[in-house]
Amino acid sequence: MSLELSEHLQKTVDYLSENFSDKLVDVYQSTGDTFIVVDADSILEISKHLKENLHFIYLSDVFGIDRYTSEDRFEVVYNLISLKHQQRVFVKVRCEEENPEVDSVVSVWPAANWFEREVYDMFGVFFRNHPDLRRIYLPEDFDYFPLRKEFPLLGIPGSIELPSTTPDSD
Amino acid sequence: MGIESALGKGYLTTRMDTLVNWARSNAAWPMPMGLACCAIEMMAFAGPRYDAARFGSEVMRFSPRQADVMIVAGWCTYKMSHAIRRIWDQMPDPKWCIAMGACASTGGMHRCYGVVQGCDNFLPVDAYISGCPPRPDAVLHALMKIQDKIKTEHSVMLDT
Repeated sequence: MSLELSEHLQKTVDYLSENFSDKLVDVYQSTGDTFIVVDADSILEISKHLKENLHFIYLSDVFGIDRYTSEDRFEVVYNLISLKHQQRVFVKVRCEEENPEVDSVVSVWPAANWFEREVYDMFGVFFRNHPDLRRIYLPEDFDYFPLRKEFPLLGIPGSIELPSTTPDSD
Repeated sequence: MGIESALGKGYLTTRMDTLVNWARSNAAWPMPMGLACCAIEMMAFAGPRYDAARFGSEVMRFSPRQADVMIVAGWCTYKMSHAIRRIWDQMPDPKWCIAMGACASTGGMHRCYGVVQGCDNFLPVDAYISGCPPRPDAVLHALMKIQDKIKTEHSVMLDT
């Protein structure tokens, strides 16, 4: 399928294929959005270029996907917006099931701090060099990652403690 | 024209339990545990149109130490359940609990790992209200059920 890219997105894809030709995995369009899949090890470097040279200064969201495949099971998606050019692009990295690790982009976009904590909380993707990688929603002593496909819908009984029904005074 | 016109200078006899229960049942002050959208209907329940003042329950007490009925309005997560139980434990006896709406009663549509499937897992609930969210009339109905319950309790002499 041929791509129908706007001027700035065409420039972005050209820039990446020129400078990171061996790191660029795939470029495709779906439901009106453009997705760029890059190598997981180079996300930090590519992020710097996207921000400084291509003006994607606004990190709107970071989210995880569990593809439930035997290879490259987890995906982390960065939703970037260039305010100057009014353009949006999704940058994706993929990581394997055992020890999924991605470099943190907090040093590029500080907004990534809580987004990455959420991805860690829900999928267990570990972000290297994150300043404060703790769970953001679930209790800190929770042992599971609930948005992974193998996690049961109703949770694991007893994995989160209910309050004691005997008051302290009794 | 008060009660003295009917009674004259006479007197009436009653049981202590009946008198105390009558007073208690008409002054059940709610503790609004508004957790989600049911809280909006709970506000309507206290407002002028449905007028919980007719039943003596118009004073929403945000301090648990002054409240008698806790209305759990909305879905409670496992994290929130600790706070709810803590507030419940601070309410002085005698106290009652209403589970308002499908979520507080059973977990409702939030059939997932983070939401307690019914607040009766950690609270002694006296009245359940169905609906998503229930109409304020239904909350009044639950309050009347609580009043009926209070009126049949042994409040002074414990049934030992």
